[in-house]
Amino acid sequence: MFSYYLELAMRSLRRSPGLTLLMVLAIGFGVAASMITWSVFRAVSGDPIPGKSSQLYTVLVDNRGPQYNDEGEPPEALTYTDATALVAARKAAHQTLLFDVAPSVLPEGNQSIPFIADGYATNADFFGMFEVPFEYGGPWHASDDEGRAAVAVISHELNQQLFNGADSVGREITMDRHTYRVVGVTAHWDPQPRYYDVFSGNQFGDPVQLYLPFTRAVDVAMDTSGRNNCGSNVDFGTGRDAWLHGECVWVPVWVELADQAAATSYREFLTRYAAEQQRAGRFHWAPNVRLRDVNNWLDHMHVVPPESRISLMVALGFFVICLVNTIGLLLAKFMRRAAEIGVRRALGAPRREIYRQFLIEAATVGLVGGVLGLLLTALGMFGVGLLFEPEIARLAHLDFSLVAMTLLVAVVATVLAAFYPTWRAAKVQPAWQLKSN
Amino acid sequence: MQIKPILAAMRHHKAGTVLIALQIALTLAIVCNALFIIHQRMARMARPSGVEETNLFVIRSDWADKSDPQRIDVQMQADLIALRQLGSVQDAAPANSFPLHGTGWDNFIKLQPDQVKMTTDSAIYFSDDHTLATLGTHLIAGRNFTASEIGAQQPRDAMHSAQVIISKDLAQRLYPDGSALGKTIYVSMGNKPSTVIGVTDTLQAHMVGSWAGPYAYNAVLVPARLLNDYTYYLVRARPSQLAAALRDAPKALYAQSRMRIIDRKDGVMTFAQVRQHAYERDVGMAILMGIISVVLLAITAAGIVGLTSFWVGQRRKQIGVRRALGATRGDILNYFLTENLLIGIGGVLVGAVLAIGINLWMVTQFEMARLSLGYVVVGVIALLLLGQGAVLAPALRASHVSPVEATRSV
Repeated sequence: MFSYYLELAMRSLRRSPGLTLLMVLAIGFGVAASMITWSVFRAVSGDPIPGKSSQLYTVLVDNRGPQYNDEGEPPEALTYTDATALVAARKAAHQTLLFDVAPSVLPEGNQSIPFIADGYATNADFFGMFEVPFEYGGPWHASDDEGRAAVAVISHELNQQLFNGADSVGREITMDRHTYRVVGVTAHWDPQPRYYDVFSGNQFGDPVQLYLPFTRAVDVAMDTSGRNNCGSNVDFGTGRDAWLHGECVWVPVWVELADQAAATSYREFLTRYAAEQQRAGRFHWAPNVRLRDVNNWLDHMHVVPPESRISLMVALGFFVICLVNTIGLLLAKFMRRAAEIGVRRALGAPRREIYRQFLIEAATVGLVGGVLGLLLTALGMFGVGLLFEPEIARLAHLDFSLVAMTLLVAVVATVLAAFYPTWRAAKVQPAWQLKSN
Repeated sequence: MQIKPILAAMRHHKAGTVLIALQIALTLAIVCNALFIIHQRMARMARPSGVEETNLFVIRSDWADKSDPQRIDVQMQADLIALRQLGSVQDAAPANSFPLHGTGWDNFIKLQPDQVKMTTDSAIYFSDDHTLATLGTHLIAGRNFTASEIGAQQPRDAMHSAQVIISKDLAQRLYPDGSALGKTIYVSMGNKPSTVIGVTDTLQAHMVGSWAGPYAYNAVLVPARLLNDYTYYLVRARPSQLAAALRDAPKALYAQSRMRIIDRKDGVMTFAQVRQHAYERDVGMAILMGIISVVLLAITAAGIVGLTSFWVGQRRKQIGVRRALGATRGDILNYFLTENLLIGIGGVLVGAVLAIGINLWMVTQFEMARLSLGYVVVGVIALLLLGQGAVLAPALRASHVSPVEATRSV
């Protein structure tokens, strides 16, 4: 029966090509607009480290006090003093700290011109905590952090650029006139949004190219290329040392805590730490600390651009209108065939069969609309660079799940839209239809 | 034209009527808000920068060797002399940031040293005596910096300067009732006073985010070169020599020293590119809303054509009867136009309420402004006209139904 209904559907659709085309166009455009904006939205609002996002927490300590903090919230990163103290305390299973660096890089042998590479000064825990995959070698060891070693981990892309993709472990690169030994090459790794560096506004930044020990970067006075926030009442002295040990915040700190119990006890530790600072006379206020997990942090920092949310909602509204349009057109189409339905019903077809016939017809329209929508979505992916800034546009891509979803949404939505017209069609009274003829 | 029979007929195809009205309502709601978003974004983009943008470009030079601050200072001064000596270049100045750049320094501005909360926030532009001429921004009061006032500082030094020049909007914000000239303000962390020696005409800040809305035209010019790991040079080309200057300037810098990096992709940017980059999101949003509005109106119109055509087809016999009983073609045409108008009015009434509701919700969610009623009025008129236009073709076809139809069965 299915293939027979399919044949009937094709015949019916061919009978009024204008109406059919209109429905297909409406569904195609509606689903494409929704899918394009959805692909951007899912990229910017996704969980960047699923499975672990509830175990990673960023640590915040109020070093400004109720008069100067942001409506009760501590600043969005830590001072050098707090960051190094908390990491040294080792009260979490793993803990890391980081700041943005942008050293000039000279390839081995000095044979070509230097360029600027973006990366992070961090510690050995970073790689395990954030699940960085390695192509060659691995992270440096905690002893390298303590020994302030001149080692570096470079990305797959930088390794291509510097060493043509060869295993470069053990080779040397020059950064800002200092030599570093490569200990590891990461595989391509670019979680989006880059949750661990929202502080510097790099949530959708270009992929990271290199990593080096925090301690070493501080030793060679490598300056942060990210954000530095001094608040409104910080009287830092003059010069780098005064700044380094002053109250400007520029170091995000992350800890890994396996469960709620660990989080609770870490929060207690943080409160104790802040209370100690209060006793020591550094803070003149009660402890004000925060522990935010990845999704909470992304939420708090409003990482999803409002443009992306508005676009998605407008596109969904657009799709709803297209469906309302389709309901109207299907109704017209089905009711025009009242006589035909009457004959089928009089010959003994139960309502169920009428439902089946017309829903199959609707599904056919939905499928064709979905295919058109898919083409338009693919086309839209080229144009997405026009609609969103490059950093965000590069995140949107057509993958298998998007293709499947486009077709599924088109068919399901059309079939849902067809329920009312089909119900009306199935209600046709056979006797009345036959009589009027 | 009598409305009663139309209403009576509508009761017989309630579903179709409701569907068209609903479609008109939703379309109105979305198109009104989309147009409003487009208007807002365009208004943002049309804001003046206060800079004479033609012939202006920006070079970013990173110091490859990260040498010591004294050497950077010497190099920057040599660079500036070299740039200013170029035949294609009119003037050049060092900068840490510039209008529309997006990143840079912003400091809290205070009127009293012991003030707890800031009076306002402002962009900090490190400048020299050539900065205003290079930007093409004029002073409306006071004087420019002199060459001898220009100092140098490292990024981690507490910023302090005895003299500053501020933008018109900042001056008005700080001293709404009088001139800011000669007054003392606090722009640095160290609570040391700075005297306002000049006030510029409109000058935009580097901040372009929506959070910076109230501060978008606050700028403080500080007479110092910032000795950072990199610097920007603002360069004004002589009239009609932009292309030559864009080519000459990086060459001149490399001739000064090879130990620098000027990124091949965005190391040199014309101000037009800076502006384009600053407003990328706004352009994208406006285009997307534009496409959605146009397609939406087209689909709604097509939907009306489709459903009305079906009704005309369904009622050929009735139309024939009416014609046979003496109705003119105009009567039939009028019937369908009026019917559509009635449905349209129902739709736009609901739609207007929806449009305002959606806007109010967006106001709470996205810091959007209130929708002005003008948009709703324009939208209502546009949709009613669209409906009438869409129904015209099927209605004309209906008016051509011959009275003979009355005698045919089906």
